Formats: sequence, C-alpha cells, structure tokens
Amino acid sequence: MRTYAGHSTAEASNELYRRNLEKGQTGLSVAFDLPTQTGYDADDELSRGEVGKVGVPIAHRGDMEALMKGIPLGEMNTSMTINATAAWLLALYIVAAESQNPPTPQQQLQGTTQNDIMKEFLARGTYAFPPGPSMRLIADMIAYTVEHVPKWNPINICSYHLQEAGATPEQEIAYSMSNAIAVLDAVKERLGDRADASTMGKVFGRISFFVNAGVRFIEEHAKLRAMSILWEELGRQRYGVSDEKQLRFRYGVQVNSLGLTEAQPENNVQRIVLEALAVTLGRNARARAIQLPAWNEALGLPRPFDQQWSLRIQQVLAYETDILDYPDIFEGSKVMDGLVSQLLEKARSEMAVVAEHGGAVQAVDYMKAALVESHRERIRRIEAGEQVVVGQNRFTETEPSPLTQDAEGGILVVDPAVEAEQIEAVRRWRSERDQAAVDAALAELSRVATDESPQRENLMVPTIAAARAGATTGEWAAALRSVFQSYRAPTGVGEASAAVPGPELQQLREQVSALQEALGRRPKILVGKPGLDGHSNGAEQIAVRARDIGFDVVYSGIRLTPSQIAKSALDEGVHVIGLSILSGSHLELIPAVIDALSEAGVEVPVVVGGIIPDQDVPALMQAGVAAVYTPKDFDLSKIMGEIVTLVKERAGAPA
Amino acid sequence: MTGSTRTSRGAELGARLREGDLTAAAATLNLLESTAPSDVQQAAYLLSEVSPAKLGGEAKGHIIGVTGPPGAGKSTLLSALIRHLRESGYESVAVLAVDPSSRRSGGALLGDRVRIDFDPSDKGLFIRSTAAGERLGGLARGTRVAAQALAAAFDVVVIETVGVGQAETEIADAADTVVVVVQPGSGDVLQFIKSGVMEIPDVLVVTKADMGDIALRTTRDLNAALRSTGNRDTPVIRVSSLPPYPEFDALVQALEQSRIRKDLASHRSHLRRQGALADFIAEHGIAGLRAIGGRREAERLLGSLSPGLGEGEMESALTAALRRSIKDAP
Repeated sequence: MRTYAGHSTAEASNELYRRNLEKGQTGLSVAFDLPTQTGYDADDELSRGEVGKVGVPIAHRGDMEALMKGIPLGEMNTSMTINATAAWLLALYIVAAESQNPPTPQQQLQGTTQNDIMKEFLARGTYAFPPGPSMRLIADMIAYTVEHVPKWNPINICSYHLQEAGATPEQEIAYSMSNAIAVLDAVKERLGDRADASTMGKVFGRISFFVNAGVRFIEEHAKLRAMSILWEELGRQRYGVSDEKQLRFRYGVQVNSLGLTEAQPENNVQRIVLEALAVTLGRNARARAIQLPAWNEALGLPRPFDQQWSLRIQQVLAYETDILDYPDIFEGSKVMDGLVSQLLEKARSEMAVVAEHGGAVQAVDYMKAALVESHRERIRRIEAGEQVVVGQNRFTETEPSPLTQDAEGGILVVDPAVEAEQIEAVRRWRSERDQAAVDAALAELSRVATDESPQRENLMVPTIAAARAGATTGEWAAALRSVFQSYRAPTGVGEASAAVPGPELQQLREQVSALQEALGRRPKILVGKPGLDGHSNGAEQIAVRARDIGFDVVYSGIRLTPSQIAKSALDEGVHVIGLSILSGSHLELIPAVIDALSEAGVEVPVVVGGIIPDQDVPALMQAGVAAVYTPKDFDLSKIMGEIVTLVKERAGAPA
Repeated sequence: MTGSTRTSRGAELGARLREGDLTAAAATLNLLESTAPSDVQQAAYLLSEVSPAKLGGEAKGHIIGVTGPPGAGKSTLLSALIRHLRESGYESVAVLAVDPSSRRSGGALLGDRVRIDFDPSDKGLFIRSTAAGERLGGLARGTRVAAQALAAAFDVVVIETVGVGQAETEIADAADTVVVVVQPGSGDVLQFIKSGVMEIPDVLVVTKADMGDIALRTTRDLNAALRSTGNRDTPVIRVSSLPPYPEFDALVQALEQSRIRKDLASHRSHLRRQGALADFIAEHGIAGLRAIGGRREAERLLGSLSPGLGEGEMESALTAALRRSIKDAP
C-alpha cells in the first residue's frame, strides 16, 4: 500500500518518504507540481501560484537527487504520476540513481511512469507538446526502456480521467483502447526490424490501465469484462502476442469522483462502497490495485481521518466479506454476458470511428468534442431530474450534519514562501552549472528532435545527456517546444450541440434578449482558465451553456496568464468574466487577474468557479470578485441567471 | 438624442483613431457593433471622422483578408505572420477574426477556432473576434466598416475568416489584399480556381511546407491552375509550420507588392460604393432601389460623389435620393 504524496520541496518530500519507508512502506509514489508536469521552471510567468502546490517541484538533476537522497533506488519501486514530461523525469531519475553511492545502473530500476498523453488532451490538460510529437516521445521512451530499463513500466493507459470528463462506458472503453493502439503502433514503428512477436509481447505485457468505476456498478463491472476481452483480442490479432500472462488485462482503479456530491457528502460513503464492488465482484475482471477517494473530496483536501475511512472500506470488503472466497460469480450469467456484448458492440463501433479519423492522435478533436457533448448531456439529465442524485436533485431535505461542522481542518495550505525559494534556487542552479555543457546538450536535443526521418535517433539519449549536464525542466521542454511547436488542445465546445429548449432555457434567452436591447449589442462573456490547471470540464460546460442562452462567448482553452486574460477581455469588449480554477491556486491567481484587469482599464464583473473552500470566499470577494461558485452549485441555469442579473446591474443601460 | 457629450462620443473615438491612438480600438468596436439607436448615430460620427476626406487621403493601414478552409493552418500562419510583421517594422497590427458559423440558439462560441498565440504585453496588437450573421449583410458590413475605421490607426488590419468560395468573395469586399490559405494535398482551392468560382486571390499561401513533396506538388498545381486562367501576378508561397519560418520574408514582401500594384484609392472607393449600395438595399430593399431608379441609377449617383466620402456618407446620399423620390411621388 502506498500514499500518494509529494510535498512542496524535494527536501520535505524526501523526509516524508523516508519516514514512510521506515514504517514499512515498500514503494514510492511521487506527485509533481503543475509546472514540473507541464515543463516550466518556477520562475516562468505561467508557474505563478502553482509551485509546490499539488506535488513536488523538480527542476533539475539536483532536485531529483535531493528527493531520493538516502533512498536506495535499486531496491525501490517508484511510481511517478507524470505524463507530458515523463521522458525527462525518468531521465532525471536515471541520472540520480547513477550518482548515488553506490550507484544503481538503469537496468535495475523499477517503477512506473503514467506517461499517458491522450487523456491530457482529452481531460486533464497537462500536456506540453502537440499530439504527434508527444506520441513520438512516448514511443521513444518505451523503446528505450524495453531495451535499457527492462523492469520499468513505461506507460499506464488512463481511462479514469475520461469518465471524469463525462465519458459514457462505451466511450471510456473505445477511447482508451484506441489510445493503446496508437501507442503500440508508434512503438512498433519505432522498433522497426526489432518489432518481432517476442519484443512486442514484452511491450504489450508492460502496459497497464488505470480505470474508473461509477455508481452504476453492474454496468461498470461489465465494462471491465469487456475491456479485458478487447485487450486480449488486440494482443493476439494486431500484435501477434500469444503468451497468456502478457495478454492479461492489468488495471488499477480509482473510483469515480465526478459523482461525489458536496450536498449531503456523507452519502458519498455509500457511493464509494458500491463503486468498489464494481471492480471487485467478479474475479475475471478484478482490479489489481484500488484507490478510494475520501467521502468529502468535493469539499476540499481530505484529512488523515477521512483517508483512514476510505482505507477501512477496502479492508472491510477484503477481510470481513466473502467477496474473495469464490471463483467468478458472473460466469454463465446471461444478464452479464448480454451487458458485456452490448458494450463490446458499442465500443467497437466507436473505435471504428476513431480509426476512420486515422487513429487516436488524429482524432483528438473528435473525441474531445464527443466528451464535452456527453458531459453536457449528463448535466442536462441531472438538471431535468432524469438522473437522480440523492441529496442533490432529490431527497434534498436534511438534518444538520455533525460531520461537516468542523470541515476547516481539511485544507492543507502550502507556504507561499516555497515559491519564492524555488525561484531563487533554480536561478542559483543555472548560475552555478557549466553553461557551455548545458547549451551543447540542449542543441543536441534540438537536433535529434528536428530529425523526422525513419532513421532518427531515440530522444531519450539526448534527454538523459541534458539531465546529466544540468539542464532544467523548463529548458528541456522549451527546447522541444521550439521544434515541436507549442500547442493548444481543442476545447471541444464549438461542436457541442445546442441545448434542448425547456421553459427555463427559454426564460433565460428572453432575459438575454432584453439585456441585449439594453446593452445595444449581444452580451459577451470571457471564460478563462488562469494558470496551469488543466481541469476544464467546468469552464467548458459554462461556455456551452452561456452560448445556449444567447451570449457571445470568448473561450480559448486552458493555460492563460493573467495578462493574457486581461488583454483579451479588453480587446474583445466583454461584459463579464468567468474564471475557473481547481488547482487550489485561486488566492494567488484570481487577485492577479483582477489586478491585470484594472491595470488594463477593464471594469467588468468577475465571477469565479472551482474548488474554493468556504473560508477563502471572503478573501476573493475582498479582491473584487462578484460571485463564487463551487461544486455544490450544480444548477447551471441558476448560475447563468445570476450572471445575467449581474451584467444587467453593473452595466446598466448605455448612456 | 440630446447633449453634446453624446455627439462627441463617436467623433472623439474617430479623432483618437485618426491620431493613431490604438487604445481607442476596443471602444470603437464596441460602438460599431451596437444596434442601439444612439450608438448607431455615434458610429456614423465616428466613421465620418476617419473618412478619406477627413484623413486627407486613404487610411494608412493595409487591410489584408486571410481566408481558407478549416484545418488549413490559419492560426499557426497568423501567429507567425503577426510576429513577423511586428518584427519587420510594422508598429501595429489589428486582427478581426470573424466566425461565420451560424448562430445556434442565438449565442456564438468565439476564440475557440482561431487560437492565435500572442504576447499580452504587445501594445501594438489588437485581436477581436466577432460572430457573423447578426444582421443582414452581417459579415460584409460589420467587418468592412470596422476594418476601415481601424485602418486609420493601425499599420495592418487582418480580417480572418474560415471557408472557401463565398467567404472569399465577402472578404474581397472588405480587404485591399486577399490571401487564401491552402493545405497541401487538399484539392478544394484548386477546384475553385479551375472552375472559376473563386475570384483570384492576391496571394496564395500553401501551409505545412514541411510536409515535403505533397506541399511542393500543391504549389506546382496551383501555379499551373493560375497560368491556365491567364494569371501571372498571383504569387504562391509555401510556408513551413515549424519555426524559424524563413519564408515569411517572402510573404510579407508579396503582401506589400500586391498593395503597391493596386490603385488603392480607386479600389477602396469602389468598395465603399459597393458597400453603401449593399447597405442601402439591406435597409430599404429592392423596392427602395427601384424607387431611386434602379441599380444603374444608384451606381451613377454614387459615381458622382466625391470618392473620399466614407461608406456611411455615400449611403446617406442614396437615402436622401430615396426621400426625394418619395416626396416627388404623385
């Protein structure tokens, strides 16, 4: 068992790891901060407010050495939640291992890098390069590890995030399988002559999945059975794998967070238990590892007590129930078999659509739009009461809860000094290293990246050399960005279909028409995501709904600096600004945006949505925010109505 | 309609543009987009402040229309072009991105389609996105008028829209120079040129030159198609989608050449006359046109006006003629 941990600085994290290892933990699980995940150094403008926030900042070899200090890497199994910059972090890890005393050669390193870029484009947003070059980087890394770091699991295909972004079960199956195909095809091409059945079998056997389980747990179980059938079929038919062990569908699971509610949060406990059943009930499709969220995740960061509760759910399931006592309990079930074949059929036809686009890499825009559409439909059903969410849209009356009275202790705050220290530290690092060696290493990296011929060299080689020379995360990514180009992922909102008109929508449209009369032109809203946070579901749904009620909507996706947002707001002549932020950096970034707006002379109301703890709301209002929305405000129509009123009040009729 | 402050609101913005005050751009667009009666009046004041008569010549800004099918690489091209223009001495660039997609349920999603990388500290850059189809003659009028106004202050005004065929024609009604962007391997533009559906653009750009042979072949095919229509002036320029974009010098040069080749004053006054006529018809219908003696008579009337008049003033002349005809009617 592991604890997902990363802590503000390499030194602090190292201490934590060592403490946990002393307690008998056998593996390390490393979470990185958003700048490290997206390839920026702490002193980049985009890193503002994010340094050390959701994980540890690792800028260079020195940071990785400090993170792993005194931990014998030859004996460790290290799991890194890292994607766009996975090749770089693995390179730093390899270099840190060889510099330890005694050194550990890369052949002995064990661990996993998540390294799944497709779900970053589709759901999570921490990408660094365009899809094509990203896939090349992944293929290079897999080809490298199969040969030189044979015990490493180079990739973990995540369907988890797709469901969080609104995917239906068949979409979750189809898109993750299409993603796996894209990865395997790229590796096969990369290996060229060496891609025989035995090597491909090794690659295939190294790929594992990270899936989601929702509360419709019978169907969810069927989904996992369908995935294991598809996976085996894929291995045999497309890649000629015959080894049973290599063909096994291996997956870890984290149960659904999307369905957890902020209203009556105690109900989430039941939901989590049922979701855990989805991945444990039938032995033929049982998870290898389970992570359960905390019951109060929608409220803020869970406390140790909350995490303990989740662990106890697993333990009750494993040790008190008889769930593990039987062979597969669904074998021979007509209902289960029927469900599975239904899902298989739908997933196959969706996979065919992706294939028609030329594969997952080429179908990013298509899949993103499809997910936004599914999510929109899900929200519509909840709003219309067609999908019941207990405590949220039905059975909403409640006794006062003794559990949430003292929720304040649940928020972990990172000392703002961490950012300043990290900026100082990375600048010192740059000034003290051998600059000529770094320049040469980065030039070599660019040279290899520029080569697009089939004989091109493996990017891992110059990446490891750059890590050894002392280049920083931001420099490595910048060198590749200048060759591969920076990239803005599709937002998927342009293709979302119009809402089905209902009385509520009609009423809002009339209000917007009246507002348009008063303003002289159509009300215009800018929906912005400041900083590096890539969770864009909320922003996308707000953008689509605003359009549906008649706003002109300016939305250009994630990762904008405060000054970019201010400049757009000014040039575009918007009447209101909606900012979405889920990374916990709202106290730094929202005031920064408001400052930039007032500097630009933009005087329009700003509303904020995201995971904002109650106690932070006064500070945001103080900074000039007009309204704050959190996950408990699930009724988009209500939010829109309030925004319309706000614009009306603030703008008044033109003189 | 009372008070001098209101009278001066539009005129003041116009005067600021005339003096090259780029910070007037956003407020100018807000005013030009407005349909409130008082704003419409103010917009007319604004436009007359930036008419060639007031400016003492045609507006300095080069109005460049950029169009092409979706996925042709316009965003990348524009991002690089803007950077290049700014680096090669143009002090200010305005971009009007027009989204021609029909409004579903009234609202429109903007900014999603054209994702231009920009430096937010660049005071010489202005980017505005609008939805077409708000009113009759939507794309044509709104964009044309906005471009005319901004050209008084900005060195370059880029009008960007998606599509081939219809959009290209509409953009030609608003721009000095029309650039059509072509993706290698896509036959659309070639077909349009061959079939004569498309007015020949001033510059053709083939993107993604790094695609190698396909890009080369597309360039060759376009050149052949142009020759077959007897056109020798339209350059075909291949640009790479990867930096450092050496071809952009050639593109900027081609744009300048195209502008020099044209008699700008007569081109623009022709556009203004056409625009005034289209606006008049949109406002008063074919019946209105008939009342003033038909299209031929309207064009004659417009031709008799000073070519330095703004589009709005030209339209007013037609409207005045209509009023006279109603008064004279038996």
